Amino acid sequence: MDIGFLAQYVMNGLMLGMMYALVAVGFTLFFGVLDVIKFSHGDVLTVGAFAALATYLGLETAGVTHPAVQVLIIVVVSMLVIGLLGAVIAKTLILPLRSAPPLNTLLITLMLGTVLREAVRLFYPEGANPKPFPALLPSESLTIGNFNLRLDNVMMFVAGALVIVGTHLLLNRTKLGLAIRSVAQDEETAKTMGINFSLIVLITFAIGSALAAFAGVMNGLYYNEINFGMGLLLGVIGFSAAIVGGLGNLYGAILGGFLFAGLQTIGAVALPFASAYKDVFAFAVVIAIMAWRPTGLIQEKISERV
Amino acid sequence: MLTGKFSKIARTGVAAAFLAAMVGAGNAAAKDKVAVGFIGPLTGGVSANGIGGRNSADLAVRLRNKDPKAKYEYELVVQDDECKPNIGVQAATKVAADRKVVAAVTHYCSAVAIATVDTYHKFGLPVVVWGAVLPEITYGNKYKEVHRVNGTMINQNQTASDFVRGQGYETWAVIHDTTDYGKGHNKYFSENVKKRGGKILATFGVTAEQQDFTAELTKIKELNPDVIYFGGLTPIGVRIRSQMDKLGVNALFQGTSGIVSDAFIEGTGKLAEGVVAFREGAPTEKLPGGKYFLDKYQAEKYDSPPEAYGAFAFAAMNLVLDAIEQHGPNRKKVRAELNKTSGRDSIVGEITFDDHGQNKVALITKYVIQDGKWVVWEDSEYATGKRKLAGQK
Repeated sequence: MDIGFLAQYVMNGLMLGMMYALVAVGFTLFFGVLDVIKFSHGDVLTVGAFAALATYLGLETAGVTHPAVQVLIIVVVSMLVIGLLGAVIAKTLILPLRSAPPLNTLLITLMLGTVLREAVRLFYPEGANPKPFPALLPSESLTIGNFNLRLDNVMMFVAGALVIVGTHLLLNRTKLGLAIRSVAQDEETAKTMGINFSLIVLITFAIGSALAAFAGVMNGLYYNEINFGMGLLLGVIGFSAAIVGGLGNLYGAILGGFLFAGLQTIGAVALPFASAYKDVFAFAVVIAIMAWRPTGLIQEKISERV
Repeated sequence: MLTGKFSKIARTGVAAAFLAAMVGAGNAAAKDKVAVGFIGPLTGGVSANGIGGRNSADLAVRLRNKDPKAKYEYELVVQDDECKPNIGVQAATKVAADRKVVAAVTHYCSAVAIATVDTYHKFGLPVVVWGAVLPEITYGNKYKEVHRVNGTMINQNQTASDFVRGQGYETWAVIHDTTDYGKGHNKYFSENVKKRGGKILATFGVTAEQQDFTAELTKIKELNPDVIYFGGLTPIGVRIRSQMDKLGVNALFQGTSGIVSDAFIEGTGKLAEGVVAFREGAPTEKLPGGKYFLDKYQAEKYDSPPEAYGAFAFAAMNLVLDAIEQHGPNRKKVRAELNKTSGRDSIVGEITFDDHGQNKVALITKYVIQDGKWVVWEDSEYATGKRKLAGQK
């Protein structure tokens, strides 16, 4: 294969992997602190993308037209709004169900996801149609042979990487991170040490949801199109990535995200049969890995099987 | 009060006189009453099309009843199929079981039309489909009862193949969704374009929810086809067109009836320019008898427009009425007459049924997006050579 095309496939895979990783990190955070699986995560991402689009339209009307300012504002607004939404979801739906069987949390968030998705479809003006998302990043590109390296892709990739590194530093180098980790490790002990359990849970859900909002905006800027159903498959893939990498482990989620994107790209390009089966192929490999290592590729120190 | 009473009496009197006149006229002509059916989606998401079709069929009946030469007085029996197969079968059974009804004009939705063909066959009711496009409705059975005036995706892809080959394109990459709609389009387009000397370099089946097409499109970039043929609906059509641009794929984007919508243009913005697609039927005013039909339609003051397929319902109803005029209200004879239909002139152009009851010379319209609008190809600046499609010199 031509090296230029190979580089193009790798770049496509990396961009896809970054988005999956951002979603997977959210799943892994939630599971880490509360041992819950929040299935509305993908749809929270959709709401984030639409919040960003609405903010953009608002800025246009308000006369703020500088693209760099616009990007900054829509990212910040979207992450704040969705962080708040995440905290509200945790406060009203997930914390009250703490003592109920985990299946209840799973079901209730699954239903919440449907509510969010349908709400975007019904209440966003003509929400059932795909919406164009503005291209706010510089569109210069470097063409090397058959490889088309776009500046906006590089910027998004770097930004995504920075966000993940930032999350990592937050968890491992700050007092808040210490509190989150202690809640994750042992709720009772953390409480006796004077950590405000509910507050830490809410903050964790806000962080995870803000990451989803970031992924949603990145998705919009990358594809220049968003739609009400975009979060559904992203949620499932992000969840699988988190599981395969090792639920509860940050590195596992990142690894899982890139692994899944790589499998999909291989499925679409290198396999002899049609690309209709690329998801089948990717999920089949995920199942195989799960059978081989039920706790994921990188295990939590004290792991629980899902 | 007094005036009220008077006016009531006066009104009753007028009504009575009118009724007498009607009865008198009826007696004078001594016409037998014959019932014909219409079924379409009158409620639900596509009800605008259903009501337009109902009004158009009704118009055909009204015009015939005004015609002094007509042998019978026609009565239209209307049923709502809600665009749902189960409701459609009930409606079809109701109409078909009613022995007064001699023939019917039926269905806009493919899923309903395909579900009801057995019912019509069982009851021996001759029907003419006025809007549904799935090929199997006529080609999936040997029922002599089922006919169709509008074209199918087979006709659509024949026209599409002729057109794109005529524009000088040689090679294609096909992306289609894996529903019956997308698979059908892939099948009929590939078949037809190969027959005309075109080459398919690769075919990609994708799910209707897929978001990322960069892998497929990079592969396509490698193969460098003249055209990307897309068989599917607007949402993923929008994604593919946007991502083509991101990856620097400069092929022509050729769609099917599934993307002929304003949502496609809204979703793709500037990238919509120069996209071509094809659709069964034509804008009513472009039809051979379109002006006549629209004038008559307006004169009857219906409160909603005929919509895209109204003219087809009108033409279908006229075929049915002509057959009844010729052979009387007998289902078997009407069926035989409809099966013989050949080279018949109608407002939607010539109608000739093949041995499956499918109109062979069905009308297909070519569209191109110009300045943010779907424009009929012949009226566009692309046809005159003022603008060029992607990859044309």
